[in-house]
Amino acid sequence: MLDFLTRLLKRHCGGSKDLAKERLRLVLVHDRANISPELLQLLKDDLVRTISRYMEIDEKGLEVTLDTSDNAVALVASIPVRRVKRAVKMASV
Amino acid sequence: MGEIIVITSGKGGVGKTTAAANIGAGLALRGYKAALVDADIGLRNLDVVLGLENRIVYDLVDVAHGHCRLKQALIKDKRFEGLHLLPAAQTKDKTAVKPEQMREICLQLSEEFDYVIIDCPAGIEQGFRNAVAGAEKAIVITTPEVSAVRDADRVIGLLEAAELREPKLVINRLRPKMVRQGNMMNIEDIIDILAVDLLGVIPEDEKIIVTTNKGDPVIQDERSLSGEAFRNITRRILGEPVPLMDLERNGNFFLRLRRMVGLG
Ligand SMILES: Nc1ncnc2c1ncn2[C@@H]1O[C@H](COP(=O)(O)OP(=O)(O)OP(=O)(O)O)[C@@H](O)[C@H]1O
Ligand SMILES: [Mg+2]
Repeated sequence: MLDFLTRLLKRHCGGSKDLAKERLRLVLVHDRANISPELLQLLKDDLVRTISRYMEIDEKGLEVTLDTSDNAVALVASIPVRRVKRAVKMASV
Repeated sequence: MGEIIVITSGKGGVGKTTAAANIGAGLALRGYKAALVDADIGLRNLDVVLGLENRIVYDLVDVAHGHCRLKQALIKDKRFEGLHLLPAAQTKDKTAVKPEQMREICLQLSEEFDYVIIDCPAGIEQGFRNAVAGAEKAIVITTPEVSAVRDADRVIGLLEAAELREPKLVINRLRPKMVRQGNMMNIEDIIDILAVDLLGVIPEDEKIIVTTNKGDPVIQDERSLSGEAFRNITRRILGEPVPLMDLERNGNFFLRLRRMVGLG
């Protein structure tokens, strides 16, 4: 009996709304990832400042992008390193 | 000082004007002074939805440009004590008013009215910016469709950027039967995606079309579900905790059954 009910209900719940919700979720991942160039520049500046405390980097070669693949967003940063500092003074952080 | 609330959506035709008219009437029915501002310049509609189209002399643009005093442009609704409409201009375009002028007008209204409700045009351009410029709070309307919810998400982002934090959501045109059949997103789905507070849910209701034909807000209809939904929304705006009505809950038979057998 329970088995029958389970099957009945499983069939019942396969409506189009799940598809709607999933598509909506995906489209919003992309919509929301649309960061403005200004914001991206601020992010870059912050990155440079932070990373420079630990290593010497080539600021001109810095590349920061938001990668939106099928169902996720990734912040991809490519930062050429010139030299790694030998020791980091924690006090200066 | 009254509260200034903008009703917005992004996507057109989801029920902003209907909601503005009913919430305004609802507040007046509860004894509050409410001013409705039609910010949809060039496509004014709040006047016809309220049945006040024959009484317009001056409009929002006249006020903004100093052609008349604010008081002269306000139309008093004789059916609802305390309800006034500031109509939009029909022959101008959305650039005829600037955000600062809109802010000034709303502020002036809030000195006299308990609530100032702004009916925002569709879209996210100048008309939207005007409508939100003077607002302190926002209500976002959506329907349970992918495109409407997507646009609502965009608008919520823009509202936050304009310092209008924590907008409240109204879901309009919900069809309980389709939700039950799994063919329409339910309340939880939409809230889950938009992550905002819910102000209310209005069912799809033919009575809205009938009452709009007559220029009579549905909120007066004691027996209609949509009227009750608007009465509940009004009470929530006034700060009363009102539970969702039955259609608004997902307390349907199948869902309960699914929960019972562990599928829900
Ligand atoms: N819950 C409902 N049930 C049935 N019809 C509805 C409902 N809500 C709104 N409508 C109808 O949908 C249409 C659009 O509504 P309305 O004019 O309020 O939308 P709007 O968001 O103000 O549109 P616009 O973006 O063009 O200003 C109207 O004909 C209205 O009567
Ligand atoms: Mg409208």
